Amino acid sequence: MSKSVIETPPKGGFSFDLCKRNEMLSKKGVNPPSFRKTGTTIVGLIFQDGVILGADTRATEGPIVCDKNCEKIHYMAPNIYCCGAGTAADTEAVTAIVILLCLCSDMVSSQLQLHRYHTGRESRVVTALTLLKRHLFNYQGYVSAALVLGGVDVTGPHLHTIYPHGSTDTLPFATMGSGSLAAMAVFESKYREGLTVSSPIPFFWSLIFLFQRNEGIELVTEAICSGIFNDLGSGSNVDICVITKGGKEYLRNHLQPNPRTYTSSKGYSFPKKTEVLLTKIIPLKEKVEIIEGGDAMEE
Amino acid sequence: MMQIFEYNGSALVAMVGKNCFAIASDRRLGVQLQTIATDFQRISKIHDRVFLGLSGLATDAQTLYHRLVFRHKLYQLREERDMKPETFANLVSALLYEKRFGPYFCQPVIAGLGDEDKPFICTMDSIGAKELAKDFVVAGTASESLYGACESMFKEDMEPEELFETVSQALLSSVDRDCLSGWGGHVYVV
Amino acid sequence: MPKEQANWSPYDNNGGSCVAVAGADYCVIAADTRMSTGYNILTRDYSKICKLADKCVMASSGFQADVKALQKHLAARHLIYQHQHNKQMSCPAMAQLLSNTLYYKRFFPYYSFNVLGGLDNEGKGCVFTYDAVGSYEKVGYSSQGSGSTLIMPFLDNQLKSPSPLLLPAQDAVTPLAEAEAIDLVKTVFASASERDIYTGDKLEIVVINADGIRREYMDLRKD
Repeated sequence: MSKSVIETPPKGGFSFDLCKRNEMLSKKGVNPPSFRKTGTTIVGLIFQDGVILGADTRATEGPIVCDKNCEKIHYMAPNIYCCGAGTAADTEAVTAIVILLCLCSDMVSSQLQLHRYHTGRESRVVTALTLLKRHLFNYQGYVSAALVLGGVDVTGPHLHTIYPHGSTDTLPFATMGSGSLAAMAVFESKYREGLTVSSPIPFFWSLIFLFQRNEGIELVTEAICSGIFNDLGSGSNVDICVITKGGKEYLRNHLQPNPRTYTSSKGYSFPKKTEVLLTKIIPLKEKVEIIEGGDAMEE
Repeated sequence: MMQIFEYNGSALVAMVGKNCFAIASDRRLGVQLQTIATDFQRISKIHDRVFLGLSGLATDAQTLYHRLVFRHKLYQLREERDMKPETFANLVSALLYEKRFGPYFCQPVIAGLGDEDKPFICTMDSIGAKELAKDFVVAGTASESLYGACESMFKEDMEPEELFETVSQALLSSVDRDCLSGWGGHVYVV
Repeated sequence: MPKEQANWSPYDNNGGSCVAVAGADYCVIAADTRMSTGYNILTRDYSKICKLADKCVMASSGFQADVKALQKHLAARHLIYQHQHNKQMSCPAMAQLLSNTLYYKRFFPYYSFNVLGGLDNEGKGCVFTYDAVGSYEKVGYSSQGSGSTLIMPFLDNQLKSPSPLLLPAQDAVTPLAEAEAIDLVKTVFASASERDIYTGDKLEIVVINADGIRREYMDLRKD
C-alpha cells in the first residue's frame, strides 16, 4: 500500500529525513548551528545510608548564559535521580518522561515505570543504569549526555557515572561536566566513608538541624560551589537531591550564592517613546464554564 | 563559512508582565545581507492564548509552523479544547528532538497564558532543549544584544502598557546593533 | 599528501569588557577585573585600565600579553614625548598615537580592543574607540570586549548621540551628570556579568575630571 501522504503523529524514534539536506548544506560551507549545552558541574556521593546528588544551574550557548536557573537533576524513579551534563536536549530527552511518551515509548524513564508496574517492586538502580548505557551505546556517543546516576534500592545506595559512549563507573563519589576537576579536588581532599546522616527528624528538631547540618550535604555544596566559582561553564545556584532508604529530599536552589550585584536605585526611563504605527485589539474568546449535572435538563 | 541561522536573520523576544506577556519580533526577511521583505511575520497565533515565534532559517520555520498547526488541530479535534502553553512547548520540543541528527534550523520562542492567566514563556535550541524562564527569553541573530538590553531594562510585574514599551525599546535598540535584523517590529501583548 | 601546518596560534582571548562614557566635564572609563582563558579563570583581580597620561586612560580587553606590550610601548613613547616637549600628551594626541601604533602592526596585529578616555584641551570629556588594527573614531560613549554586544544596545538606548553626519556637527558628549553616568556604567556591567561568562568578579571605574583621576570599585558576580 502507498504510504499515507499526511504524516501521522507519534510513531516514535528519531527521524533522519533532513540529514541529507543538512549534510549537503554543510558541504557547501554552511555551518550547522551550535546546540545549547550545560557546561556543568554535577556531582554525587554515597553517605552512610543514602546518596546525595548535586548540580549547578547554568546553561550556556558559547560564551553566553542562556538559562541562569535550569534544572539538571532529573527524575528517573521515586528512588532514583540522575544529573545530566552535555547537550541540554540530550540529557533531558534521555531522562525526561514527557518527551519520551510523545517520541519513543522504549526510552529509559517510561520503561522503568512499565517495569515497576510489571514487577510491583521498586526499580533498582542497576536497571536504570543498564537502560541508560544501552541507549547511549546504541548511538555511539552521538547522543552526548554525561550522567551521574544515584539511587537507593533494596540492595542499598548506588552511585554511577555514565559517559556519552555508554561506558560506566561505580564509585563512592563522582563528578562530571566541565567543572568536574574543581569539584573532584574538593571530594578528594575531604571525602571519607560514612559521612553523617540526618535521619528524618520531628518538626521541633528542625531548628537544631539547621545548626548541625548534614556533613554530606555540606560537602556536596562545597564541591558544587567550587565548580560554580572556578569554572566559567558552571554558575548560579546549587541544586541538591538527597535520597535515603525512607525517601528523598529535593532541595531546589539550596544555595544562591550569586544574586544580581547592582540595580539602579531609581530605574531607567526611556528617553524616546516607541513610535506605534498600528494598534489592533483582538478580544480573547470568552471562557465558558460548563457545569455538569444539576437540573438543567428538566425542560 | 556562514552560519545557517544568519541566512535570513531575525530577532525574537518574549517577556513576562503581571498577568500578561509580550512577544515581539523584527520585520526583516533577508537573504544574507540583502533585504527581501520588510513586513515579514515571524510570530503566529496558535490559539487565543498561545503565540509562537520562529527564528532561524525561514523555510524550516514555515515547515515547522505548518506541522505544529496540524498537530494542534488534531489535538483540538480529539480533546475539544486548546492546548495549554506548557503542553504546546512539549509538543514543539518533541518535534524538534525527533530530528536530533538532522535538525530544523530554527529556534522557537513560545509565549502563552496558562490557567488563571499565568504567563508562560519558553525558548528552545534547534533540537528542542527547553529553557523556561521567569523573566524574558530571546532568540535569533540579535540574541546577544537582546540579552543585554532585556537584562538592563526588565522589571518585575509590569502592567501591559509598560511591558509594551519595555519590549519595544529592547527590540529596537537591539536590532540597531544587528545587521541582519531590523525594519521595525511586531509586538503582541496578551 | 596534505601539508602539515602548525596547530598553534600566537593569540589567546582573555575576555573582559570595557566601557567609556564622556560627559561635559568628566569622563568615566570602566572595565571588569576578570582575566580568563577557555573555561578557566586566570585571576580575579587584574586591572584592564592603564593610565597613559595625566588626563588620558586606556581600557583594553583581548589578549593580555599584547595589551601589556602595547601599554609599555605607549608609555615609552609618552616618556620620549615628555622629554622632547616638556609637557603631558593631550588625549586627542594620544588617540592618534594609539591608532598609529596599532596600524604599524597591521599584518601581525596587537590582539587588543581598546577604548581611550580622557579630557581634551578644553577640559571636555572625550572617548575614542578602536578596532585591533587602528581604525578609530571619537564618540560620546563606547564599549569593547566580550560583553560589548550586550552592553552597547542599552547605552544606545539611554545615551543615543546625534549622527556624526549632521551639519553643523553636533556635540557627541552625553548629557548625563557624573553620578548618573557612574550609575549607568554599574548597571550595564551588572547586566553583562549576568549573561557573559567572561565578564565578572569586580568592576573598576576610573573617573577623570578637573580634580584629577579617581578610582572606584564594585563587586560583580564571581561565577
